[in-house]
Parts: sequence; structure tokens; C-alpha cells
Amino acid sequence: MSPASGVKAVEVTGVTKTFPTKAGLVTALDDVALSVAPGEFVSLIGPSGCGKSTLLRLIADLDTPTAGSITVFGKSARQARLDQDYGIAFQTAGLLPWRSVTANIELPLQLHGAERAQRRDRVAELIELVGLSEFAGSYPEQLSGGMQQRVAIARALAERPELLLMDEPFGALDEMTRERMQSELVRICGETGAAVIFVTHSIPEAVFLSDRVVVMSPRPGRIREVVEVRLGDARGEALREEAAFFTSVTDVREALHGTPGAPAARGVESR
Amino acid sequence: MNTVLVRRVLPPVLLGVLALIAWELLVQLAKIQPYLLPAPTAIAKQFSAVLPALWSATLATGTNAFIGLVAGSILAIIVALVASRLRFIDELIAPVVAAIAVVPIVALAPVLTTMFGATSETPRRVIVMIVVFVPVFVNTLRGLRQALPVHRDLMRAYAASNWQLTRTVTVPGALPYIFTGLNIASSLAVISAVVAEYFGGLQNGLGSRITSAAANSAYPRAWAYVFGAIVLGLVFYAATLVLERLASRRR
Repeated sequence: MSPASGVKAVEVTGVTKTFPTKAGLVTALDDVALSVAPGEFVSLIGPSGCGKSTLLRLIADLDTPTAGSITVFGKSARQARLDQDYGIAFQTAGLLPWRSVTANIELPLQLHGAERAQRRDRVAELIELVGLSEFAGSYPEQLSGGMQQRVAIARALAERPELLLMDEPFGALDEMTRERMQSELVRICGETGAAVIFVTHSIPEAVFLSDRVVVMSPRPGRIREVVEVRLGDARGEALREEAAFFTSVTDVREALHGTPGAPAARGVESR
Repeated sequence: MNTVLVRRVLPPVLLGVLALIAWELLVQLAKIQPYLLPAPTAIAKQFSAVLPALWSATLATGTNAFIGLVAGSILAIIVALVASRLRFIDELIAPVVAAIAVVPIVALAPVLTTMFGATSETPRRVIVMIVVFVPVFVNTLRGLRQALPVHRDLMRAYAASNWQLTRTVTVPGALPYIFTGLNIASSLAVISAVVAEYFGGLQNGLGSRITSAAANSAYPRAWAYVFGAIVLGLVFYAATLVLERLASRRR
């Protein structure tokens, strides 16, 4: 599974996506280019309607671009999906309510024909990784929102993907749970070495997690600016109070709003 | 456990007993003629007198209802699965289902009896199948459409086959709806199996026994068979409830 050296995890070139609606053609993405290196953490941030989720769906081959090309580890997005080169998590955990935590995490392994013993070992490992060992036999309805998201992340990691695609996975969580989940994600990414594309509304979240923050603007969806964060690999809770963190938050905020002091873009949380 | 039994089982049983006593008193005191309303004691007497015949009649009707229910339900679920996947099949079948829903058994039963011959059980089973098909089909199809977009996206991301999507997401999600259909169908199966016997053919089931008893003015006997039909219907209904419990625990 390990990609050849020098091959980008994701390479997006000249991608345009239009949707036909009753009001006419809507351009969700207009000539977007982006490349993500293996092991790199990239956040997509922007107001509602900037096409960040659409871009993620295109990379995941859940939708196809109207124009342009997307490669994932040098393959077409479709081939990468068929080869299971990425793991994915959505805003809602999307767990199957009639399956236990174990069975939910096991789902991708089961679908792809992994052996029972192998499945059991891997699931035990993953449950441990996301700290839910006590809840292995519980059902989704018995878990809090944060715990459900952890199950979803464990499921996304089940097949050791080199790329994780995450669409606002912490969007519905309260602030405290959210910060804890962010720290856990940093740890998990450190342990797995996967590249991550992370869609978010939250500036501090993007800064805390990312190597680079891609700032997008709406109507039509375009990449406005790419902010390098580079806060280093050791990201403890203390990082949230460091000057470097605030500098990057300001950088991203200014990139989002165009000029310093301009009114906040709609749909973006500055908390 | 005991208190549950007392609080949930005792009241309806008590109500039933009181109703029977009231019925008996009404018939006795008001001197109601048996052809209008026989007394429960008279019916009970007949019940034990015809018990062997009642048992075989219940068995005959029950077999027809069961075969029709199973065949009709399986057919309905398969057609619903196909219709949920292929839009043109769905559009093709919708008017047919609407037509089946309004088929009058009363009109169909004599036609089918003639078609298959008076010594065949087939027309009754076909009628049960037709009656059962609609509620199972409609509910199953509704259930199959409940799959959430996020689950569909997830299964697509896993490059899951259509069959895997159906087996792991669509059908388990539809199970409560399928059982709603089966619950309705189970009672309808017994009712239609009994009614189908009113229009000729073999004289071995509850429906034919009811008509012949009534024709001979043996009203308490007719009522005994009616109670047989009620018990049979309850057994069918209870069986689908048990099945539902088992399935929802395991799915």
C-alpha cells in the first residue's frame, strides 16, 4: 500500500464542479488546484457554500468533477476508491444503529473479506486507540456524540489508509469535547502517519490540527489563499495558548476576511 | 415478573370474562333466539362437540393462510427490492399494485375456483397471496427507501457492491417496516383464507363449515367455528410479533 516516494497523496488540478439547479447552473468549485503530500495535514476552511465539502467528495470519488483531474497516490480518484486508499469520516458519525461499536468498526474489514480472527484483532486495536474499550459491545444510541465520532474515526482507520478524508467530523460537538477530539486526532495521526484532508468551519481547529490551511471563498468556490502553519509535531494542549498559535489564527482569519478588521465571512466560526 | 403478569395480563382477561358473563345474562334474561345470538354456553358446548372437526378445519384453513402468507410475502419483498433499485420497475409496478390493492376477493374467488377446479386448494392460496402482497410490498418499499445518504456515501466509499449495500444497510434498516407489513398481512391472510371458502370449492375449512352450519340453522356451531377463526388469526398475528422480536434482536 505504501505509495512510491515523490508521489503526492492528493493532486487536484484545474477542478471545476457545477450543479444544475432550478435557478440555473451553480458553480460549486471553479478551477481549483491543490496538492497534499503524504503524511501532511491540510485543512479546508471557508464560509458555507465555498465548496470545501464538495472538494472533499470529489477527492473521495463520491462525486465526479465537471472539469479537471484528481489523482490520489498517482491513481485516478475512482481507482483509489476501489483500492480503498482512503478512510473517510463525515459530519454525522453515520454508524449503523443496529450494529454494536465492534461491528461498526468491523464493517469495512468485513465488506472487504478480512478473516474473522484478523478482524477481531484489528478492531480490538482500534477500540483501544480511540479509548472506547469499555463500550465495545454498546450500540450507537447508547453513546454520546463525541463517542460516536470516535467510533467513526476508528472505522475510517480500520484498513490503515494512507489518506484520511474528514468532513467537519467535530462540527456537531461541544467545544470541550471538540478540543479533546482534536488532541486525539493529532495523536492518532502521529501514530498512523496518514495524510489528512480536514474540512472545518473553525479557525482555531484548522490552525491547531494543520500543517497548511487552505482558505476558500464562495460563489464560485475558489482557493483564496494557503496559510502555512507549521507549529511542529508536538502539539500539546499548551499550544493553544502560545503566541505562534495566535499568530497563525490571525493569519487564517485575515486570509478569510480579505482585509484585517473586515466583517466576518458568513458561516465561519472564529472561536 | 408476577406483578407484570398481574398488571398486564389480568385486566384484559377479566374484561373478557365479564363480557362473556354479560352476554350470557343478556341472552338468558332477554330470551334472545339462537339464530339472532346464541349464548356463550351453547357455543362452548358446540365447541367441544365439534372439536375434532374444528381442529381439522382450522388446520386446513391455517395451511392455506400460511402458504399464501409466506409465498405472497416473499414475492412482495423480492419485488420491493427490485423496485427500490430500478426506478422504471418501480414506475411500472405502482399502478399494478394499486390495481391489486382494490381486487375484490368476492369477485375473484369464484373465478379462481372455476379456473383451478373445485377440488383444489390453490385458488384459496392464490387469493391469500394477492391480499397479502399489497401491505408487505408497500411497507417494505417504504422501509428500503429509508437508507440515509451518509450510509450510502459510506458504502460507496468502501466500494461495496449493490448486494453488500442491500444486505448490510438497506434491508436491516427496512426490517421494522417489513414487519409492520407482515403484522397487517398475517391477520389479512387468515381473514381472506376464510372468506375465500365462502365461494365454493372444497368443504374442509373454517369458512365452508361456517356457511354450512349457518345454512343448517346450527347457529351455535357456526359461532364455534367463528371462534376457531379468531384463534387462528391471533396465532398468526402472535407468530409475526415473535418473529419481529427475534429479528430485531439479531439484526
